[in-house]
Amino acid sequence: MSKTLLELRNISKTFGDVRVLDSVSLRARAGRVLALVGENGAGKSTLMKIVTGIHQPDPGGEILFKGTPVAVVNPRQAIDLGIGIIHQELNLLPGLSVAENIFLGREPRRPFGPIDWRQMRSDTAEFLASLRQDHIDPRQPVERLGVGAQQMVEIARTLSQRAEVIIMDEPTDALTDVETAILFEAIRHLKAEGKAIIYISHRLGEIFAECDDVAVLRDGHLVHEGQVADLTEGQLIHHMVGRDITDQYPYVAQVPGPVLLEVKNLTAQGISGISFAAHAGEVVGFAGLMGAGRTELGRAIYGANRAVSGQILIDGRSRQMRHPSDGVRAGIAYVTEDRKSDGLIQPHAIRTNMALSALPALSPGGMVRRGGERSVVAEYMRRFAVKAPDMETEVSNLSGGNQQKVSLAKSLLAEPKVVILDEPTRGVDVGARREIYTLINEMKSRGLCVLLMSSDMPELLGLSDRILVLSQGRLTGTFARGEASQHAIMERAVA
Amino acid sequence: MSTPGPGRDAAAMTAKPTSAGNLLRAFAAQKSLIGLLILMAVVTMLSPHFLTTDNLLIVLRQTSINAIIAFGMTFVILTAGIDLSVGSVLALTGAVCATLIGANFSLPIVLIATLLFGAALGAVSGLIVSIGRVQPFIATLVAMTALRGATLVFSGGRPIDAGEGVAADVFWYIGGGYLFGIPVPVILAGVVFLICWFALSQMRFGRYVYAVGGSEQVARLAGINAGRVKVAVYAISGLMAALAGIVLTARLQSAQPTAGTSYELDAIAAVVVGGTSLMGGRGTLFGTLIGALIIGVLNNALNLLDVSSYYQMIAKGAVILLAVLVDSRSKAPN
Repeated sequence: MSKTLLELRNISKTFGDVRVLDSVSLRARAGRVLALVGENGAGKSTLMKIVTGIHQPDPGGEILFKGTPVAVVNPRQAIDLGIGIIHQELNLLPGLSVAENIFLGREPRRPFGPIDWRQMRSDTAEFLASLRQDHIDPRQPVERLGVGAQQMVEIARTLSQRAEVIIMDEPTDALTDVETAILFEAIRHLKAEGKAIIYISHRLGEIFAECDDVAVLRDGHLVHEGQVADLTEGQLIHHMVGRDITDQYPYVAQVPGPVLLEVKNLTAQGISGISFAAHAGEVVGFAGLMGAGRTELGRAIYGANRAVSGQILIDGRSRQMRHPSDGVRAGIAYVTEDRKSDGLIQPHAIRTNMALSALPALSPGGMVRRGGERSVVAEYMRRFAVKAPDMETEVSNLSGGNQQKVSLAKSLLAEPKVVILDEPTRGVDVGARREIYTLINEMKSRGLCVLLMSSDMPELLGLSDRILVLSQGRLTGTFARGEASQHAIMERAVA
Repeated sequence: MSTPGPGRDAAAMTAKPTSAGNLLRAFAAQKSLIGLLILMAVVTMLSPHFLTTDNLLIVLRQTSINAIIAFGMTFVILTAGIDLSVGSVLALTGAVCATLIGANFSLPIVLIATLLFGAALGAVSGLIVSIGRVQPFIATLVAMTALRGATLVFSGGRPIDAGEGVAADVFWYIGGGYLFGIPVPVILAGVVFLICWFALSQMRFGRYVYAVGGSEQVARLAGINAGRVKVAVYAISGLMAALAGIVLTARLQSAQPTAGTSYELDAIAAVVVGGTSLMGGRGTLFGTLIGALIIGVLNNALNLLDVSSYYQMIAKGAVILLAVLVDSRSKAPN
């Protein structure tokens, strides 16, 4: 077996009192591609952030580079060691040329300081040539290149930094099939040159076609490490999801009421041809990998994204959703996945945040009825167990869980019929999670129709009456509560 | 306006002292008021002419035009915008107003037409910002330049007389008259303050203004039509500039094509000195009132102390800088 370039030993990482990584060990070998897989939140990105010096591991863990223990205390040091990373979101300055991007901050100089443009261009051409990308002009602004070519520029940059270990975080997500093929060709050249590649991906097909080794993370543990050739797709899925659901999900069985929401053939940004119906007093779960279109679906139903075609019916009435205000009027509430930037006005008080969507009802004739506002906000703070000194407390001073409760309360204060919850427990600690689950059940018992979008599979399985699976913007599976399993869902999610 | 009662309520409204944090905020809201009192105390010691009823009425009268513009500016800055066009709107609406007076239109018609014209000019800036997605700074810079040009074209570069016509005598009263011994512009500014305060702190619209400035994204997702709110705040700013244009034209009995030049800077300074954040979402109208008074007292004091107008500008810059520094220091812990 070839030489180990990067070895991780017993890497753990704790944020507050949440253990995100628990004693993970793995090796990346020269001339081989290691696939790093796991569900969202399994700890892949945290692990890579440790390798690239963004986070520090807890004491006890060790990183070895070519057999020597090293401390990677900042990103600069990772680069100096020879560890390069290509992030999911590209890190290029669009207005600068290919060569300027590759040598940003390390421009070759001539005597007395001016940049040696000729040297810079010829070096750039050389790196691109080693990736068989001669057609990219070093002088071209990056913004004129396609995503695939931009990715090549990023790879060339890691080569210019003499990287020997190259990490790629879901590199094919934004690529076309042709670009993907070109990327794999480049990866094969890198392999041949003895580089070690760590390849993070959800796409099982790519892993079986292009990777040599595989490491599976689940809930911060390394659950499997070995050669890809020794596994079947089914076994790999089992490694990724194989855990038991404990009864931390207080499911309440209830006969659903009439159909409240009907979506017919909805096509919008990131989703195409989606149809389903949801009932009063029903929790419909939406599963899918990151980028599968769950958020986009929620936003399109609410009116935050405009539908290209299709129909949305509430209570049997067809509704045009052009703006979130249409959603509010139609009785839809949307609790965003990104409560920090989309859900709450951080420097404002709990009171004004909570009252925001419900203001039309709280201010007949345009004048805010202070007393009514205060009493309804106080009631929701009590019902949602928001922990804060008073309703004038700035939202930015609250914990994640409490912010999420304020965000939920804000949506429910407008008394909607349909509630769309996008990742309602992301970044929320266990205790507050439980309270949010209870609130979801309460909504259900009040006859609301809840659309629950979550990357947390046990949560979906635990709370949903029905689970719909999205993959690449399409509906690929529907499971009744009894039929759903993590395995079956994952199979549809990677379809 | 000499009794800041309702204003104090406004400050208390946004910063109800119910906890340590809120107490601190309440204090910060009053900080500009403390600054004003200190400034007045210092000037009183330096000049015996300052603390007299006559002089204080002069200060208020001279402050009123800037205060009216600054009240409108507060709406815009609360949405994280800026309106550089107010001085040019003042000049153009003033010219239109004087022309209408000279053409023997009745006073109510002149006033309503001028105010609506100002609001419409502001709304155009607002549409350029919200629909055209142009940065407020650029959109209103364009308006500032183009409207000044339009004023010069309209007036041929000459002052327009507003001293003739059937309504001229009553018109003059708006800028130069007294009611119960108080200058009419001061009473107007007081009434405008109360209306704006009510809109900002008691009405749904005010909440929307704060929300759009706090986070446009959040506001939009909460179902608020952020574009409409923006058009409205620029229209309000234009309306206030037109009112200031009427007062100034009435007082001078003529409209100068160069009137209001650099007034936007005094208005922005008043808002900022009053503690409103240029990032939007934070601030009070009461703060703006105090900010305008600080600038007014300062101008008056520098005149009383016989400081040359060249040095006056330096001194004014220094005081504004001081006020903003104190403000940003107190916000630093965040």
